[in-house]
Amino acid sequence: MLIVQLLRRLRQLTASSWLALIVLSIAATWVRPAAAAGFEQAVAGLASEDRDQLGAAIVELGASGEPRALVVLKALDAGQIKLDEKGAVFIQDGGALVDAKTGSPAQPSGATRTPPLNNRVRKNLTLALARSELESPNAEVRLNAATTLSKDASTDLVPAMRAALAKENDADVADLLKLSIAGVDLASEDAKLQLDALRMVGDVSAVGLLPAVRRLAEEGGPAKSPEVKTLAGAVEAALERKVLWVSTLANLFYGLSLGSVLLLAALGLAITFGLMRVINMAHGEMLMLGAYSTFVVQNIVKQVAPSWFGAYLVLALPTAFVVCAVVGVLLERTVIRFLYGRPLETLLATWGISLGLIQTVRLLFGAQNVAVENPSWLSGGWELLPTVVLPYSRIVVIVFSMVVVGFVWMLLQKTRLGLYVRAVTQNREMAGNVGIATRRIDMWTFALGSGVAGLGGVALSQLGNVGPELGQSYIVDCFMVVVLGGVGNLAGTVAGAVGLGVANKFLEPLTGAVLGKIMLLVILILFIQWRPQGMFAPKGRAAAEL
Amino acid sequence: MHSPRAWLACAGVFLLLAVVVPGLNAWTSPGSALHIPEYIITVGGKFLCYAIVALAIDMIWGFTGILSLGHGVFFALGGYAIGMYMMRVMAGEGVYRSELPDFMVFLDWKELPWFWLGFDNFFFALFMALFVPGLLAYVFGFFAFRSRIRGVYFSIITQAMTYALMLWFFRNDAGFGGNNGLTDFKRIYGYPLAAPGTKLGLFVLSALVFAGVYLLCRYIVTGKLGRIMRALRDHESKVMFTGYSPLRYKLFVWTLSAVLCGLAGVLYVPQVGIINPSEMQPANSIEMAIWVAVGGRATLGGAALGALVVNGAKSWFTASAPDLWLYVLGALFVFITLLLPGGLASALDNPHVAKLKSRFSGSRAATPAE
Repeated sequence: MLIVQLLRRLRQLTASSWLALIVLSIAATWVRPAAAAGFEQAVAGLASEDRDQLGAAIVELGASGEPRALVVLKALDAGQIKLDEKGAVFIQDGGALVDAKTGSPAQPSGATRTPPLNNRVRKNLTLALARSELESPNAEVRLNAATTLSKDASTDLVPAMRAALAKENDADVADLLKLSIAGVDLASEDAKLQLDALRMVGDVSAVGLLPAVRRLAEEGGPAKSPEVKTLAGAVEAALERKVLWVSTLANLFYGLSLGSVLLLAALGLAITFGLMRVINMAHGEMLMLGAYSTFVVQNIVKQVAPSWFGAYLVLALPTAFVVCAVVGVLLERTVIRFLYGRPLETLLATWGISLGLIQTVRLLFGAQNVAVENPSWLSGGWELLPTVVLPYSRIVVIVFSMVVVGFVWMLLQKTRLGLYVRAVTQNREMAGNVGIATRRIDMWTFALGSGVAGLGGVALSQLGNVGPELGQSYIVDCFMVVVLGGVGNLAGTVAGAVGLGVANKFLEPLTGAVLGKIMLLVILILFIQWRPQGMFAPKGRAAAEL
Repeated sequence: MHSPRAWLACAGVFLLLAVVVPGLNAWTSPGSALHIPEYIITVGGKFLCYAIVALAIDMIWGFTGILSLGHGVFFALGGYAIGMYMMRVMAGEGVYRSELPDFMVFLDWKELPWFWLGFDNFFFALFMALFVPGLLAYVFGFFAFRSRIRGVYFSIITQAMTYALMLWFFRNDAGFGGNNGLTDFKRIYGYPLAAPGTKLGLFVLSALVFAGVYLLCRYIVTGKLGRIMRALRDHESKVMFTGYSPLRYKLFVWTLSAVLCGLAGVLYVPQVGIINPSEMQPANSIEMAIWVAVGGRATLGGAALGALVVNGAKSWFTASAPDLWLYVLGALFVFITLLLPGGLASALDNPHVAKLKSRFSGSRAATPAE
C-alpha cells in the first residue's frame, strides 16, 4: 500500500521540481571541490614573488577552514615550505618532500627555494595561524590563539572572533576574545557597539585599552555621541585609578627591593663604623668578593654536580660569608689595627687595599663582567599588570635581607660576643676596664661586618651584573645609608636603607633616575645640617666625638 | 720660618722651572743633548697644575685638618669654564661648521643655553673659573661647617658632592658635552693651541702661577691665620673655647683652596686638550689626597713634591707595566699611612738625615728649626 502511495507522489512532482532536484544534486558534488579550489589557489599563491600576494594568500589560508590549511600555515611558520621553479609548493617532512595540497610525497622539478618572509608577512602569518587555531579542540591552543589575537586584532578578524566566541565554553578564552572584540569595537562607528565595548572594558578593567578609552572621552568617537563621551569618561577615571594604585604598589615594591639591597650592603659598614669609627673604603670590595664567590661556587656546582644547580645558592651563602670574613680579618690584622684612632688615615689605607683587591680580581677573572645565572626557582616574576612584573628574585632578596637583619640582631642581642660588641661600641675605655679584650672584639666585628657584606654580594649577584667594579658603584650609597641612619643602632641602618631606597624609587618617575639620585644626595647633605649624627643618633658623651 | 738658604733653594727651583726648562726647549736645537722635547713640556705643565692642586689640598688638610675627598670637582669646574671659553671662540670651525659647539649640533639644539652666554670673553671665563668653584665651596662649606660636621663624615659628604656633580655633568642634556665632555679646542686668547710657542707659554705660565700660589700659601701659613689653622687641626674645641669662630676660618681656607683648584683647572685644560666628567670621579679626588700624603702634609714643598712623584710614577707604570700600577698605588696608600704618615718630607727629618743637614749648615745648631 505504501509503495503505491509513494509512486503516486512521485508522479505528482512537477517537471520543474524534478529539474531543481537534478541541479541541486549535481551542485552538491561541486561545492566541496570549489572550497578545495579556493584552498589550492591560496597554496599556489604562496609561491608568488609579490609579497602582497603572499600576504593575501596567507590570510585566505587562515580563513579557509580546511584542516590542511593549518598544517600548511604551521609549516610556513617553521620555515619548512619549499617552492620549486614551476611554482609547486612542498612541505619538508623530515628528509622527504610532500605536496602541500595533498600531503602525498612528491618530487620537485628543479632546485627548491624558501618563500621570503618579511615582518609584515610574518605578522599576517601569526594572525592567520591564531585565527585557525581558534577552532582547535585543545583549550590551551585556543587560549594562546586568543592571546595573540588580543594583541593585534583588526576589524576583519572580528567576525571570526565573534563566531569562535559563540562556540566557546572555556571562560579564559572567552574573556580574551571579548576583550579583543571590545578593543576593535571601541573604534567602530556604531555608538551602541562602542557603549557595549566600554562597559566590557570597565568590567574587566582592561588597562591596556586606556589610550583608546581616553580618545573616546575626549572626542566621543566618530558619531560624537555624548552618551559615549560620558561613559568613556567614567571608564577612563576607573582605569586611571587602577593604574595609579598598581604603580604606587610597584614603586613601593621596587623601593623596598632597592632598600633591601642597600641594607645588605651597608649593614656591615654600619657595624664596623659604629664600633671602631673607621670607614672601610674596601667594604664595596667585600660585596664584590661575595659576588665572585657565588660565581666560583656556581661554576664548581655546574661541573661537579649539575643536577644540584638549583641549590647552589645554599652552598654559596656560607662560602661568601667565610671568604669575606677571612679577608676582613686579614685586613684588620695587617692594616687597620695599626691605624687605631686615626680614622682619616684608615680611610686612605683601606682605599689603597680596595685598589689592590679590584686589580687582583681583574687579573684572576678578567676585566669583563662574569655571568652568574639565577637558579630556575628565582627566574620569572609575579605579573600585576601587563607592564608591571615583580621579579621573584627581588622578592626573595627582600625576604633574605630581613633574615640577615634578624640574624645580626640575634647575634648582637642574645650572644656574649654581641654583648661585648655593644659594650665596646658604647664606651671603649670602660669596656676595656671591665676586662673585655677590645682589640679582639675589633677583629671579630670586622669579620662579622665583612661576612655580612659577602652575603650582600651573593644577593647582588642574583640581581645585577658582576664585575670587578661592582663595589665601587655601591660604596657611595653605603656611606649615605650610614650617614643618614646614624651608627650604633641596627634600626638606624634599616631605616636609612629602606628610606633611601623608597625615596629614590618614588623620585624616579618624577625626575628620572640620575636627577633623582642627585636630589637625594643634596637632600641628604641638607638633612645632616639638621641632624648631623643621622636619624638614630647614639646617645651619651662618647657619641659627641667623631 | 724659612731660612735664607731655603729661600735661595726656592728661588732656584722657580728659576729652573720658569726659565731654564723652557729655555732648554726653545733655544736649543732638537739634536742637542740638552734639548728638552716638547712632550716633556706638556707633561711638565700638567704636573705643575697637579702641584697647585696639591698645595690647595695641603692647605685644608695638612694645615687645617679637613680631609676633602671631593676637591677634584673644583679642579674640573675651573677646567670646564675655560673649556667653554675655548669652545665659544672656535665657533664655526668645528666638524659641523656651526656657530654652536659640535656636541650641541649633534644633540640637535638650536641655540646656546643661557649659561654659555658670556663665555666668548676670556676674562669672564677666567672669572667664572674662579667664582663658580668658590661659590660652590662657600655654600657647601657654610652648611657643613655650621653644623660642625667633621672628620670622616665630612669626607664622605664631599665624596657625595663630587659624585652628584659628576652624575649631572655626565647627562647629555645638562649642556656640558655629556660623557664626551669638551674637546677639540683650537685657540686660547688668540694663540693656537697646537703651536709649540703656545705650549711653552702655557708651561711658563703654569710655573709662574705655581710660584705665586706657593708664595701665597707660604704667606698665609706663616702668619696668624696659619696659627689658627694649625690650632683647628690639632684641637678644634679648644679654639672654640678660646673665643675664635672656627666657621669663619675654615670657610675662608676652604673657599680659597677651591679657588686655587679652579685656577689649576684653567691652566690644565688647554694643556691636555680635553675636559670631561670623569675628572669629577671620587677616585680622582682620593688620588689627589694621596699626593699630599706621600709628599708630606703640613709642608708646602712636600705636597708639591708628592704630586710630582706620584704622577711621575703613574706615567712610568702605566706605560711600562700597566697591570702593576694599581698595586703600586694601593701599596703607596697603605705604606704611607702606616709607616710614613708625614710623607717623604718627614723622611728628611729622620735623625740620620738631620745630622747630614746640620753638617751642611755649619754654625746652625743640630736641633732642627721649624
